[in-house]
Amino acid sequence: MKNNYDIIVVGGGHAGCEASHVAAKMGAKVLLITMDMNKIAQMSCNPAMGGVAKGQIIREIDALGGMSGIISDKSTIQFRMLNKSKGPAMWSPRAQNDRMRFAEAWRLALEENPNVDFWQEMVTEILVKNERVYGVKTGLGVEFYAKSVVLTNGTFLNGLIHIGEKNFGGGRAGERSSKGMTEQLVQLGFESGRMKTGTPPRVDGRSIDYSVMEEQEGDEVPGRFSYLGDFNNYKSQRSCHITYTNEEVHESLKKGFDRSPMFNGRIQGLGPRYCPSIEDKINRFAERNRHQIFVEPEGWDTIEVYVNGFSTSLPFEIQYEALKKIKGFENAVMFRPGYAIEYDFFPPTQLNMTLETKLIENLFFAGQINGTTGYEEAACQGLVAGINAWRKINREPEFILSRSEAYIGVLIDDLINKGTDEPYRMFTSRAEYRILLRQDNADIRLTRKGYEIGLASKKRMKLVEEKQRNLSDIMKLLKEESIAPEVVNETLQSLNSSPLTQKVKLAQIVKRPQVQLLDLEKGSSQLKEKLSNYEVEVKEQAEILLKYETYIEKEQKIAVKLNKLENLKINESLNYSEIKAMSNEAREKLEKVKPKTIGQASRISGVSPADISILMVYLESRNN
Amino acid sequence: MRQIASSVSTEDTIIALATPAGTSAIAVLRVSGKKSIGVTNQLFPKKDLNKVKSHTAHYGTIQHNKQIIDEVVITIFKGPASYTGENSVEISCHGSMFIVKSIIETYQDLGVRYAKPGEFTKRAFMNGKLDLAQAEAVADLIASDNASTHKTAVNQIRGGFSNEIKGLREELINFASLVELELDFGEEDVEFADREDLKKLVTKIKDTISSLLKSFTLGNVIKNGIATVIAGKPNAGKSTLLNTLLKEEKAIVSDIPGTTRDFIEDELNIEGISFRFIDTAGLRETKDKIEAIGVQRTYEKMKKASLIIYMTDISSISIDDFNKDISLLKELAIPFVVLANKIDLLPEQKIPANFVNIFPDTIGIVASNHDYADILKQKLLETIQLDNMQQDGTIVTNVRHYESLKNTLSSLVDVEKAIEDGISGDFLAIDIRQSLYHLGEITGEVTTDDLLANIFSKFCIGK
Repeated sequence: MKNNYDIIVVGGGHAGCEASHVAAKMGAKVLLITMDMNKIAQMSCNPAMGGVAKGQIIREIDALGGMSGIISDKSTIQFRMLNKSKGPAMWSPRAQNDRMRFAEAWRLALEENPNVDFWQEMVTEILVKNERVYGVKTGLGVEFYAKSVVLTNGTFLNGLIHIGEKNFGGGRAGERSSKGMTEQLVQLGFESGRMKTGTPPRVDGRSIDYSVMEEQEGDEVPGRFSYLGDFNNYKSQRSCHITYTNEEVHESLKKGFDRSPMFNGRIQGLGPRYCPSIEDKINRFAERNRHQIFVEPEGWDTIEVYVNGFSTSLPFEIQYEALKKIKGFENAVMFRPGYAIEYDFFPPTQLNMTLETKLIENLFFAGQINGTTGYEEAACQGLVAGINAWRKINREPEFILSRSEAYIGVLIDDLINKGTDEPYRMFTSRAEYRILLRQDNADIRLTRKGYEIGLASKKRMKLVEEKQRNLSDIMKLLKEESIAPEVVNETLQSLNSSPLTQKVKLAQIVKRPQVQLLDLEKGSSQLKEKLSNYEVEVKEQAEILLKYETYIEKEQKIAVKLNKLENLKINESLNYSEIKAMSNEAREKLEKVKPKTIGQASRISGVSPADISILMVYLESRNN
Repeated sequence: MRQIASSVSTEDTIIALATPAGTSAIAVLRVSGKKSIGVTNQLFPKKDLNKVKSHTAHYGTIQHNKQIIDEVVITIFKGPASYTGENSVEISCHGSMFIVKSIIETYQDLGVRYAKPGEFTKRAFMNGKLDLAQAEAVADLIASDNASTHKTAVNQIRGGFSNEIKGLREELINFASLVELELDFGEEDVEFADREDLKKLVTKIKDTISSLLKSFTLGNVIKNGIATVIAGKPNAGKSTLLNTLLKEEKAIVSDIPGTTRDFIEDELNIEGISFRFIDTAGLRETKDKIEAIGVQRTYEKMKKASLIIYMTDISSISIDDFNKDISLLKELAIPFVVLANKIDLLPEQKIPANFVNIFPDTIGIVASNHDYADILKQKLLETIQLDNMQQDGTIVTNVRHYESLKNTLSSLVDVEKAIEDGISGDFLAIDIRQSLYHLGEITGEVTTDDLLANIFSKFCIGK
């Protein structure tokens, strides 16, 4: 059996799968080691991909040549474009997925690649010599060697599951936790921390009364994540349902508060503020007499449902009693209770922008081990780590995305410079250039980059080039061709938009907020004919570029301005302890991160604007 | 590597004269840096300055090579409780340039370096004693030569202005958070701020900025003096009036060179406020007939003024000309005072009723008579209405701050309009972030190289 590889990926979750996929696709010999091959690409939390900011990340992964978009499309049971009523920067694709098919699709995709080997066992140790990793050792004592190792251990490192007063080791419900790794890494000099997350009970869908709940259907014309084409061929979609807790539910839950590991201090790790458990919601927002519950089907055929919004670690019998007081859940039968899980993570400020650790060469971290939460956040880190691990082996330049290029760039820059105390999740507000980082243009932003490093296929590149060509054709058409009042006035009046008195350029009409290009097409068969060769997506993008032109330009200007700071380089050998005027905290943080530019320095947490001014004055006086 | 480039100022000890050069009763030298107390101690045999407390003054002699240079008072400041944040010493010596020079040379012999322009303030800034707005205020304070400028600059150094901006920033950040909440958590079960509330909040922030912007005119007036044009025909008694005013005040008649603005003839200080009288040559040339060009030139001068004193010879001007001139003044919308000179030539020394009807506030004077000077001064102060405005709070005096505030306001106007048009929050957010960025430019939250260079080039040595 082979025991020598280019890259070993430890962990088969979203980060591990994406890291294995990209490295193998670019040509690396990859060994994926997982504790259970039947659990590859498990959706450990809710069966859905995307959402606000996260949907944009999947589009970016896809544009670069990652698999997450395609896998999701293959297993989508419902698709919605969220925030359609807001501006295009907020449009966020989200899919509900068939949990089992999602995992199956990933496993088959990896199996399809001859460069990927698998090994099922627990890794207990990484092999390090001269501050450089050269392989891993498993529980059985087997050693595998590689030029690079990517750790994607998720919630498994010393995972501890809490349900009421009971707690036991585990990485997920029913799965063992991973032991030994944290201790070794700490011994090597890494700093570790503890985080907490939680998940709600799973329920038998046959026992739920959907008729009393609000139904949420998928989009009439379902979209998709992948720019590469349609991997789904929807014949139908499944609905989600919305119901609410009530005061009776809250009273029942409160009875268990004294036995809650959250409130009695047994849980040490910090949980996410934006994804609180139900007991946390009741406790913190006592004035609210109800909270939303989102009932998600787990797949096409399965009867299992996910009770989103009811994450809890209260004792099982309390969970059950309260659950049955929710409207529609009166006769609910539970499959398994909700739980909280604590796990080890390594503050990501110990990494370079490539996700390689600063301490051990060729060792990369991706996913929850870095203190993030979410499938999308994990997957994109896996992608970046996989790419860079392979490029480093080949002595190729680092692959780094900037904050103005991609949400992925924002995520990694935040992690490396700011670190995180609570599980890090992406929000659109974390991006300075939200209007530029849209879900509709991820391919235009990134596919060329993916193509140039040998990840995105030629087919993808061709599709983007075609899209850009079509886009400029449509833009030209809209900017040059005029439309007459008699053709368009009826449409305009029906949309409460003032009628024309003379011919104007089409672009002028498209710019009106109330008017959609689609409306104009409906009103004019001539226009419809002219635009018939173009795909909906391309037309939509042309419309976005026209309608929001001034805002897009504004943001581009800001990007240029702020990028000036990104171009102010700092010599890595700078001795920060010489700059006495700075706060101690800032000196320590800067010493640790060793930022490459003033822009990067300004984003490090604990470094104040005053510190940055001082740093700039210092650098300037040194230059003189 | 302990050795670093000598230009790294924080390692050096520096000295400079802190009072103006020239002969005076006393002069003050300032020394700052690690070695300041130690070196001074070597020159001050009377007591061990290393052992004295901070903020204490010590009388004695400065001696070098057993030779007494001067009798001095040494004041010791220990860092960080000093202006620069470092150990500092102030030496009050006799104000002879020979003594000053000798002391500086002695310090230089002992390894103290002469300070570069703005270096003391730069150190204060580097040591976190001042933020950018405060550092700039130091430059203003040094340049201040009247009570109002002084007051504004002092207020700014104490952080009044910075605090106001910080308050604004916080409000804007709150506003931005409300918008962001709606964007990132639109799908979740949260209650969002009502659009009307958002609009009220923007309006409130806008109002604060507008009043700060308005204060700029006032700030400028305080800093640069009130540009005052005396308009009127040559025989109206303009020069006589000016002489009367100036003589009375014994004001310093000064030329301020190097300005590209109008020539400033004379400056007069009334109760701490400077009035700059601007040459209106245009009026002199239109001696006999009123040439269109001459009128135009005068008109241009008047448009740029902050205050116009319109002076007429009441004994000779026709009612029609007076009427025309008053209409012109009203059109300009600049505060003005109307003086009817040579009132002593009129019967009963009273302004004719038809003139009063046109402009009731016309003041009758005799330009050569000092008795009218006080009335006029009060009138000028009243017209400019500084008294009530000066009292309340923050005044913007710096062009850079003015620009930043203006940009902030214009972004906020966009925000307001976008709310009215019902445009989505992601676009509002762009303009809100822009306005935050502009506010940040004031306190240095966003720093750029040129910004700092510009600021530090404004400082003079030793201040």
